[in-house]
Amino acid sequence: MKLEARDISFQYDNGYRKILNEFSLTLDSKECLGLTAPSGFGKTTSCKILAGYEKPEKGQVLLDGKPLSSYKGYCPVQMIWQHPEQSVNPRLRMKEVLNEGDRLEERIVEGLGIEQGWLNRYPAELSGGELQRFCIARALGERTRFILADEITTMLDLITQSQIWQFLLKEVKEREIGLLVVSHSDPLLKRLCDRVQKLDG
Amino acid sequence: MEENRTVLSIEHLSIIFTQYDGGFEQTQLRTIKDLSLTVKEGEMVAVVGASGSGKSLLAHAVMGILPYNASMSGEILYMEEELNQKRIEKFRGREIVLVPQSVSYLDPLMKVGSQIRKGKKDEASKRKSHSVLKRYGLKEDTENLYPFQLSGGMTRRILISTAVMEQPKLVIADEPTPGLHLEAAKRVLSHFREIADEGAGVLLITHDLELALEVADRIVVFYAGTNVEEAFVSDFYQEETLRHPYSRALYRAMPDHGFHSVPGTQPFAGQVTSGCPYAARCAYTEDACYRDIPYQEVRGGMVRCIRMDSDNGGLHDMGKGDGK
Amino acid sequence: MTEIKRGWNRRKTMVVLMAFSMIFLASVAILGHIFREEAMVTDFSRKNLAPCLQYPFGTDFMGRDMLIRTIAGLSMSIRLGLLTAFISAVIACVMGLAAAVLGKFADGLILGLIDLVMGIPHILLLILISFAMGKGFIGVVIGISLTHWTSLARLIRGEVLQLKESQYIRIAEKLGISKGKIAVKHMLPHIAPQLLVGLILMFPHAILHEASITFLGFGLSPEQPAIGVILSESMKYLAMGKWWLALFPGLLLVLTVLLFHYIGETLGRLTDPGHAHR
Repeated sequence: MKLEARDISFQYDNGYRKILNEFSLTLDSKECLGLTAPSGFGKTTSCKILAGYEKPEKGQVLLDGKPLSSYKGYCPVQMIWQHPEQSVNPRLRMKEVLNEGDRLEERIVEGLGIEQGWLNRYPAELSGGELQRFCIARALGERTRFILADEITTMLDLITQSQIWQFLLKEVKEREIGLLVVSHSDPLLKRLCDRVQKLDG
Repeated sequence: MEENRTVLSIEHLSIIFTQYDGGFEQTQLRTIKDLSLTVKEGEMVAVVGASGSGKSLLAHAVMGILPYNASMSGEILYMEEELNQKRIEKFRGREIVLVPQSVSYLDPLMKVGSQIRKGKKDEASKRKSHSVLKRYGLKEDTENLYPFQLSGGMTRRILISTAVMEQPKLVIADEPTPGLHLEAAKRVLSHFREIADEGAGVLLITHDLELALEVADRIVVFYAGTNVEEAFVSDFYQEETLRHPYSRALYRAMPDHGFHSVPGTQPFAGQVTSGCPYAARCAYTEDACYRDIPYQEVRGGMVRCIRMDSDNGGLHDMGKGDGK
Repeated sequence: MTEIKRGWNRRKTMVVLMAFSMIFLASVAILGHIFREEAMVTDFSRKNLAPCLQYPFGTDFMGRDMLIRTIAGLSMSIRLGLLTAFISAVIACVMGLAAAVLGKFADGLILGLIDLVMGIPHILLLILISFAMGKGFIGVVIGISLTHWTSLARLIRGEVLQLKESQYIRIAEKLGISKGKIAVKHMLPHIAPQLLVGLILMFPHAILHEASITFLGFGLSPEQPAIGVILSESMKYLAMGKWWLALFPGLLLVLTVLLFHYIGETLGRLTDPGHAHR
């Protein structure tokens, strides 16, 4: 399977600044691709477009040759966001958060180090690292074919960061899920990715 | 050179939140527990901890802006005198300034220039603000922009400009580089370094150990609401000179140092029990780890670990890298 | 480290006070309904009595017991307030949701309607509608219901629009969760408390407006023991020194309004996360 972005241009409604200009990218389901750019150069925006959260002004996103927007229901391209606190409803218990996703193997929950005791808690009662594990698990449902990870460990400590990436790398290799790692940290990208693409103006 | 004075000294700080437990019972949540640190003139001290470990509360405690349901014990001394609500109100924004984490601290409807000058319109302030902007590589006409017209890096520099207008003696930077790429983040931190070099004390609160190592003098390793170690930057050059098992695990987890991980997670601040917060994950845990552990001096730094004692420099029974 | 702190706290005080207010209002509503016949009984042998032990609120020019009449009037007001606040809330809910969900055209239309209703002075519009509907109970109910939904509708629209853009709801959409389920699981829990508070805070307005248009003669008919009727009748006798005719019913009306307001504010504070731990 292939996720493809073709000649994408994008600017936000206020028209103040063009964020993406003729941006193209190809991600194969067997690879781990790094994406890096200075801040303000549209890393998050390109993830949002690739995952179908935003419509590009020009260009298109293709999954297996078909436009991504033609996939209804569960989206095979799942994005994980930088701030887990905003990615979960503060009024839902963690087990309900997990249930929102697709069918999930117990192996994933265990592999991410999610403890049973956390399932009955509310988001405000978990640390950032603990919450992010839930967000990752939720995105790893059965029908997921691509994962876009937008600075998902930036706010976490180094140990948690290495824990999460080691699990995620193993999981995507096993299931042949394509992985896009967005990060500003070059050592991290070097460590994780098969190749790295730079985004620039 | 004469001895630098201590600008900020925090002793045994604990912060307790009183909150309702869904129903009508109130619970008390201890988010910061027994935290001590000092910042001297001309020194930059970095408090490094993961998000959710309660480190921002430290900044709020010093600035006297804790939320209404928080209460504080322990002592905060500014210039060797207790920093009570009355004194902090006198110094806040003048001698003690906070460079906040969020861009939303700028007023979106006010031009940048008047925000830097805090609304003053006299010539002296204008000259001052121009020179401050120039110092941070911003053009004079930046003053006429509104916050939404600024890029991320510019916003940071504006926030710093606001802080240095009054020649502060203590600068607290709460997570000053979120979302900035490495080069921009380094540039922002170098401005804080300059402020320290000019004689102010800088307390940097960050999650990014690698960045902190580039600019700070000392690192306070913060874990689950308390500080487990205080070390010199040079101690981080190799694993053996670090004092606490957690700091060593951090060292080994860096992408350049093997990317090793340790099972378990950092507990949510409210869940911390007595004793060493890292005990549940540590390879050397023994019964005594669950009792109160003194924060003691080892090789010039500080550590909260029973395996460390000052006599032998704290290296006994702790070989390199086998703590996985 | 969490420790449970037992004992009395502010939240318990608030709930107890709220419960007392509710009991008081409910008993007024019920008592008034039971005594609605007695409120009409005239007895010219005891007319214009000043407050005394037997008639704590005095009697009026037709010898009616003012205590019973006041309670009956308040009961009427409370029941009418309940009905109108409920209808307004339903209208607000439908309009707010429609504006937020049905796209730009519907949004513009509903916002225009809200501006129109809010632009005309409340009392004027109320009188017009009530009068056109033939006054009386039905006229007042329709008049108040059609004029009080606007601010709540606006609030709901804003909330829903904001929720729709929130990260976790957008993620839920990508996880293939249906619109209906998102509405029930994610949106309702956020909006329901606000709706409830809005509804209760609408009460005092409805009651006061009912009393004022009845006082002006465009509301309930003079035969009904409404507070507005009582107050407007008492005007003629005030100049003759019959102060109790206006004072006690007026005070009780103010008390009722304040109690409803207190209940609404307290509920609002209990459900507002910004105040959650006070």
